[in-house]
Amino acid sequence: MRTQEVPVSSEPPAETQSDIDAEIEALRKAAAARGLSHPDRDYPPYRSSILRHPRAAPVEITDPEAAELSGPVFGAGDVTALDADLTRRHRGEPLGERITVSGRVLDRAGRPIRGQLVEIWQANASGRYAHQRDQHPAPLDPNFTGVGRCLTDDHGRYQFTTIKPGPYPWRNHLNAWRPAHIHFSLFGAAFTQRLITQMYFPGDPLFGYDPILQSVTDEAARARLVAGYEHGRSVPEYSMAYTWDIVLDGPRATLFERPEAEEERR
Amino acid sequence: MTMLPATPSQTIGPFYGYALPFARGGDMASDAHPEAVTVHGYVLDGEGAPIPDALLEFWQPAPDGSLTGAPGSLRTDPTTGVLLGRDHTGFTGFGRVPTDADGHYALRTLTPPAVGKSAPYLSVCLFARGLLHHLYTRVYFPEHEAAQAADPLLAALPPRRRATLVARGQGPRSYRFDVRIQGGDGDGADAETVFLAFPLG
Repeated sequence: MRTQEVPVSSEPPAETQSDIDAEIEALRKAAAARGLSHPDRDYPPYRSSILRHPRAAPVEITDPEAAELSGPVFGAGDVTALDADLTRRHRGEPLGERITVSGRVLDRAGRPIRGQLVEIWQANASGRYAHQRDQHPAPLDPNFTGVGRCLTDDHGRYQFTTIKPGPYPWRNHLNAWRPAHIHFSLFGAAFTQRLITQMYFPGDPLFGYDPILQSVTDEAARARLVAGYEHGRSVPEYSMAYTWDIVLDGPRATLFERPEAEEERR
Repeated sequence: MTMLPATPSQTIGPFYGYALPFARGGDMASDAHPEAVTVHGYVLDGEGAPIPDALLEFWQPAPDGSLTGAPGSLRTDPTTGVLLGRDHTGFTGFGRVPTDADGHYALRTLTPPAVGKSAPYLSVCLFARGLLHHLYTRVYFPEHEAAQAADPLLAALPPRRRATLVARGQGPRSYRFDVRIQGGDGDGADAETVFLAFPLG
């Protein structure tokens, strides 16, 4: 059982994968021409979204002095070097495929997001989260919690060492399985650039069945959630390398003309 | 100038609880600060049911009006790696608090100064399982009625919609602010919190 509102003793969900597939396909066709990056918040194939999306359109803020155009900052004291290695947080080594995940955090103008906080969390190699409410009958790993954080460097780069998470079942519909993924939380220069998302692994056979990934209805946008495997970065006899660059919304056109933007272009 | 396409948002899911919250995340100001105020309330879904797996983040100017923020919200112990949380020697401007099993959250902070033409407000970013893309809203305070009449956001909203952005006073130095993600039918539609969009890219 994956969601609080579904008691353990409840009947299995009535809808089958093919019911969900048909809904996903209809919404994909309806959205095809729009080419949006972000999912619609109203995406019924992901059942939990039905009561958790606003009906009214958001009110646009054009105030150039809005507080949201600046944002939180973090520093060297907020993280330790070990926070970026999820395989060394316990006495022993976790089970699973040891991997690195690295990339750059950029804004839409291609400028690096420097010195900002990147946070990740994930299931273990068996597809189980170290969370009390995760009751999937897969083993917990005493040597893996699945939490990491780091600050981006001067080029916007981040890197984590971890293990590849497993896929897991959930209760959206009968026989629903999430593709393996790592949750990412990112900050930009402005609060408006905040992003929480999920990184997937290339070639996962579950992509087409998953309403959360498919909520991104544009195919090219979905592809931007999938990491690349980069053999040249793999460490011989130690870890396999995945790379994933992240592009945050913004900046606004006016912010783009700030002096540091000039500097970056030189 | 070609702009890069953005990385899509995905839901925070139900299992962020051991990863994102940190000690004193909701205490932007110390309990002991003589001017600390409490802002608390419930996050509610389209049926008015509390949401036990939401995460709220807050951003605001420091008492001197600056919007530069300061590091030190998380503070990690370099010996053990344990998250210590802020020590209240400075004001970081950033707060993060998950809802509890009742869908309730509480924040302790300092009433922000006004910035620009706006009345004072806290900026809020809301995440939840079931929410595919985060939502922005604001908390305004009931004492600033005159400034709110001239606030560019509030002044443009019909009264019932505007009311969703103004916290209610609840005893000394305490405010109630609920976030209703989805309004009901008919008159209930106005119960939906006003959410904000920012022109980007």
